[in-house]
Amino acid sequence: MGQTTADVPGLLPEGMELPPARQGERALARRRRAAAYGMLAPGGIYLILGFVVPLVIIVYTSLTSGGLFSSGGQLTFTWEWSNYQTAVQDYSQFYLRSILYAGIATTVCICLAYPMAYWIAFYGGKWKATLFMMILVPFFVSFVIRTVQWNFILGTNGLLLGPLKSLGVIPEDFRVLRTPLAVVAGITYNYMPFAALPLYVSLERVDRRLVEAAKDLYATKAMAFRKVVLPLTVPGIFAAIILTFVPATGDYVNASVLGGTGTTMIGQIIQEYFLAKHQYSIAAALSVILMVGMLIIALIYAKALGTEDSTLAAGAAA
Amino acid sequence: MSVVADREALTLPEPVVRQPRKRWTRFILPVFTLGMITYLAFPVFVMILYSFNVLPDTGESERQTADFTCCTIAHWQDILKVQELNKALITSIEVAIPAALIATVLGTFLGLVLGRYSFRGRGGTNFIIFLAIAVPEIVLGSALLSMFVHTQNIVPLGIGTILLSHIAFSIAFVAITVRARVQGLDLTLENAAQDLFASPRVAFFKVTFPLILPGIVAGFLLAFVLSLDDFVITNFVNGTTNTFPTWVYGSVKLGVPPQVNVWGTVLFLVGVTTAGLQVLRARRSEIEA
Repeated sequence: MGQTTADVPGLLPEGMELPPARQGERALARRRRAAAYGMLAPGGIYLILGFVVPLVIIVYTSLTSGGLFSSGGQLTFTWEWSNYQTAVQDYSQFYLRSILYAGIATTVCICLAYPMAYWIAFYGGKWKATLFMMILVPFFVSFVIRTVQWNFILGTNGLLLGPLKSLGVIPEDFRVLRTPLAVVAGITYNYMPFAALPLYVSLERVDRRLVEAAKDLYATKAMAFRKVVLPLTVPGIFAAIILTFVPATGDYVNASVLGGTGTTMIGQIIQEYFLAKHQYSIAAALSVILMVGMLIIALIYAKALGTEDSTLAAGAAA
Repeated sequence: MSVVADREALTLPEPVVRQPRKRWTRFILPVFTLGMITYLAFPVFVMILYSFNVLPDTGESERQTADFTCCTIAHWQDILKVQELNKALITSIEVAIPAALIATVLGTFLGLVLGRYSFRGRGGTNFIIFLAIAVPEIVLGSALLSMFVHTQNIVPLGIGTILLSHIAFSIAFVAITVRARVQGLDLTLENAAQDLFASPRVAFFKVTFPLILPGIVAGFLLAFVLSLDDFVITNFVNGTTNTFPTWVYGSVKLGVPPQVNVWGTVLFLVGVTTAGLQVLRARRSEIEA
């Protein structure tokens, strides 16, 4: 996967140029192209049906009026822009809260994951792969089950607060569960690997000789880090921010399992409108707003670093 | 990036005296890392521990409590006690296997094409894959539901729609994994095979395919795990059918039965073993190479 960084859009990646002076090169190229489209078609069509079509339909739904189940009626397409008006007027505070929670969680994730990834990548030695595996291992347990366990850990007399209370470290009426702290902590915990993975990959790739060169040029350890390692891992930090912030903003499992009445996030609202209230038009508008917001962030990122490199971190997981 | 030729570093007045490497500060990072690993694993410890928790006999069905009393293997013996949970688990497996298989086939072709060929539409295909990963799950879930409500006469909400959705999001991940592997490939090997009179087909199956096989296997495992673990998208398209994660989520309000912890532990052990074997095999092939 080393070639992806050098990948310039529109150009053949290195090593893929057709070797010169081969017989029948053109015919071969043409056949290869036909083969390429043939292999592309099934997966490509599935992706269009599985992503592009649903996204178009949800935008369409967001401009309809009438209930689907509630009145036994049909959704009619009426360019119902008022759905968006309702969504923004009534629910902007939930968007803001989601962005705030996700922003805090993302910051904490990166501040905690960077030093850890740095130490493993630079000083892990032969234990590097094992140590990194140990970060990912907990995530073999289902996301929902892990979140449920935090319910017991953070509970009023649970594993963490119970002993602290009996020691008198914290007051008896202190609680974490059902507060914003619990929700942010849960999000931070659950999205930590999304931050750790790209950070580790980019730290791993830093050419150690550059760090040595900096030291040969009389840079202190801290200076070598600040002037060499940190700038070289900026793409990794960027990837970590996107991969953590985007899913964290739409998250609703943490807020609904660990949160209370004052911690409702936009994901919960969308879920409620779709699955409990069956008001698809408003629900779709709420969802489209979230999608557009997140896509803008992702596109700025893709523009800066290219779509191939941005999906690399996810590929490196395997 | 001309970081090496940093002027500031070059014009330093005098060499910096290196501190002797005995300071206690060198322990900060390793201790911090171990602390983080413990923190990340903590809920898993709790899950395993509570699968052995002795529950107070309330006469009602058993629910996990915050109090821990050591220890019983009763929940492990009664692993199949909760009927609905068993059903949800079976549904999860019934979805994950075909979803991972189909996604692996479709995603491998995509990854192969994206990694090897330059063609019109390559950017677009990469963009859709990027979209599949960049769009929040809740948006995809609600978008898929918005589509499936229109096709309810053909595919009713349930195991069919769950399967179709899981294939969709898994393809992208398999494609990326395979693409990364193909891009790391030495293409001259295939040319060499053809110079040695192998037909393109033989060259592909004897040279290229074995080299990208680890990527395909990794893609399959990733797709399987993603499908098994998916909650958000499943919760939108499942209708009244439950998978393991949606059932657990549904049981939170009433209390989670201890069998959830038992099954969580079982799946965890299976996952760790599989991953461990993968790492071992990768290491062995590295040594051989």
